[in-house]
Amino acid sequence: MRAGNLILLTAILGAVIASFVYLGIDLGALVAGDSLAQMGQYASGFLQPDFSATHLQAIGRAALETLAMSAIGTLLAALLGLALALPAAGRFGGVALHATRLLLNALRAIPELVWAALMVLAAGLGPNAGTLALALHTAGVLGRLFAEALENTPREPADAIRESGGGRMLAFCYGTLPGVWPQLVAYTLYRWENNIRMASVLGFVGAGGLGQMLYVSLSLFQEAQAATVILAMLVLVLAVDGLSGWARQRWVS
Amino acid sequence: MSIALRGVGLAHANGKVALENIDLQVSPGERVAIIGPSGAGKTTLLRLLATSLQPTRGELDLLQHNPWRLAARQRQRLRARIGLIHQAPPLPPRQRVVTAVLAGKLGQWSLAKGLLNLLHPLDASGAQAALARLDIADKLYQRCDQLSGGQLQRVGIARVLYQAPELILADEPVSAMDPVLAGHTLAVLNREAAERGMTLLASLHAVDLALAHFPRVIGIRDGRIAFDLPATQVQPEQLQALYANEQLQDTPSSPVPPQPTHIPRC
Amino acid sequence: MLTTAPRDPAALPRLLITVLALLLLWPGLSLSELDLAVLVDGDNTRAMGNFLAGFWPPAHDGEFLALLGRATLETLAIATAGMSLALLIAVPAALLASRALSLSAVHRGGRPAWWANLARWPVRGLLIFLRSVPEIVWALLFVRAVGLGPTAGVLAIAITYAGMLGKVYAEIFESVDARPTRALLGAGSSRLSAFAYGVLPNAAGEMLSYTVYRWECAIRASVVMGFVGAGGLGQQIDLSLRMFAGGEVASMLLTFLLLVLLADQFSRLLRARLT
Repeated sequence: MRAGNLILLTAILGAVIASFVYLGIDLGALVAGDSLAQMGQYASGFLQPDFSATHLQAIGRAALETLAMSAIGTLLAALLGLALALPAAGRFGGVALHATRLLLNALRAIPELVWAALMVLAAGLGPNAGTLALALHTAGVLGRLFAEALENTPREPADAIRESGGGRMLAFCYGTLPGVWPQLVAYTLYRWENNIRMASVLGFVGAGGLGQMLYVSLSLFQEAQAATVILAMLVLVLAVDGLSGWARQRWVS
Repeated sequence: MSIALRGVGLAHANGKVALENIDLQVSPGERVAIIGPSGAGKTTLLRLLATSLQPTRGELDLLQHNPWRLAARQRQRLRARIGLIHQAPPLPPRQRVVTAVLAGKLGQWSLAKGLLNLLHPLDASGAQAALARLDIADKLYQRCDQLSGGQLQRVGIARVLYQAPELILADEPVSAMDPVLAGHTLAVLNREAAERGMTLLASLHAVDLALAHFPRVIGIRDGRIAFDLPATQVQPEQLQALYANEQLQDTPSSPVPPQPTHIPRC
Repeated sequence: MLTTAPRDPAALPRLLITVLALLLLWPGLSLSELDLAVLVDGDNTRAMGNFLAGFWPPAHDGEFLALLGRATLETLAIATAGMSLALLIAVPAALLASRALSLSAVHRGGRPAWWANLARWPVRGLLIFLRSVPEIVWALLFVRAVGLGPTAGVLAIAITYAGMLGKVYAEIFESVDARPTRALLGAGSSRLSAFAYGVLPNAAGEMLSYTVYRWECAIRASVVMGFVGAGGLGQQIDLSLRMFAGGEVASMLLTFLLLVLLADQFSRLLRARLT
């Protein structure tokens, strides 16, 4: 056991060194005088963010767009994920289980950016593409997490409702959902934290929001404007992280 | 006839026989106690009567229907007329008592009403009345995980009372309560059943409670009915035979030869 | 005998939450311009269909496959190199930021003095800053600073993941039983030795598990960053997408899926063996 671990560790160390060699990254050249000065000059452009009223207004609107994208996308994903989690947890038989699991794996394996590119093609530029992309990808992630939660929840309460004549839907809502609800909320809030970061980024492929503003200002070499956008992204991420953490403490514990 | 079983048997998938050759007739409004040692098949019998388990042989008539010859929807409607009180109440811990009790009528409510009830209890006073009969009306808005075992069992009973079925099946309904509370609760349950003309079948550990509250007693041992008598006619020998345990019997044991003891040397 | 039940204490909060949710839903829907109908619209489905039709057959000529292999290796290398740099920053930062090694806490039953907490805030703030800016933004910045190619990706991963790893490591240090460490610190050992003997044995398993999980995430992140020019599989996918070479995109997406799957299995194996 010990020897096996040692070999594993040496292999990992070897892989790390090989990576640097393969990429040909010369960290020395990076910090050598000239390139460091260049980077410093580039970075200095960001140290004086543009706080003018018109720019802040544009940022405000873009931030709200990004926030809405992430929130509505995550909400949609939770609904879709729950709907897919039921067959994926085996509630409708073996065939449905495998088919839904395949679908969920496909949804979550494709990164949000690729989904966004596809959605821009289908829905055109703008936040709609971003929302749909987030919804589809996150539905795959949440669907699998929800299915696992459903599998681990006791069946007795729902069975008891069925035994007293209740329908399947009501048995699920009264028997299974109360037990699994805290986990569903926790996973959804956690994915919202991730999606607010992604929503900022999806703008790069044209899905609107702060990401699109950042891409445009960087392409036009307007570092000062870009710096304000990055600050706005930071504030947004911190706000959502804080809100999600508070909500989890309040409703999930 | 509320219940009519003819030659009913139930064998598990692995071949183990849980019930064998059960003949049972219960008239509407009768109150029957089922007693027997652990593992005799009391719970299996009750679950069979609640249509959770299907008999592997014999004929089963519940409220003049054979549940296993009905279509699924009609079976669900039949189940709404039968209430099962579980030994360990199947209540989600985070659910509030009011919702848990109101869930008793889900078999009779439409989907819309059931879903609306989740948002806001539609008949809180009805739930409170059911809980009041078991002296826990003050727990109306508490969560189930804040209750003790005995209180939880009473909530389970209140749920079935709220359901107002024609047939009540109770699986060890007072097992988590102290003797005084257990006796009181059984008295309440019997009174409710008698007042509303419900048929009541209860399995019980405590033989004295069974004999005190129920006019008819059935003894079950090894999956068969050992006796089926009015409470007044049950003899102590029959009870002893019912609960006799082979391993614990008073057989004279042959003297064990003394083993040479080995004292460990330091 | 009570005939009416007391008022439901949960009624008012539920009503308020429902009203709040509805009030937020309306502007949310309008700002995100949500329109599910576009997915089933005839023209759009035809456009998507044409695009997806170009995916078959996936490109499989020898030269392209060689390019694919190189790009995949590059992605793996970016993730691994980035993670190792991240570790170099994260471990010292976690040690500085964690309250588990606080000397002032030894005499206060585990709670550091107010100035000890304050002194830790710059490092904690830095870690939060590093992980809150999305990594792709860092990638974009580095591409502009050091040019296209894998270096930008490595640096971006190093910075973002340093923040993530540092914060989680600090939390892991604080979550293990603090008494052995406090005893060592109280007996006069240096902070580093107290860490090595008191915290590390208990924390190592969880740290390794999280690190391997993050490595797997880094692989996915490398591909995403490639879209903005940070090298690897992502950059190739971006190039092929611009050229509308559907077959190439399909092969690369399949390779990406395979890579993610393999990384997932490998990470599970490592975690099982090392913990």
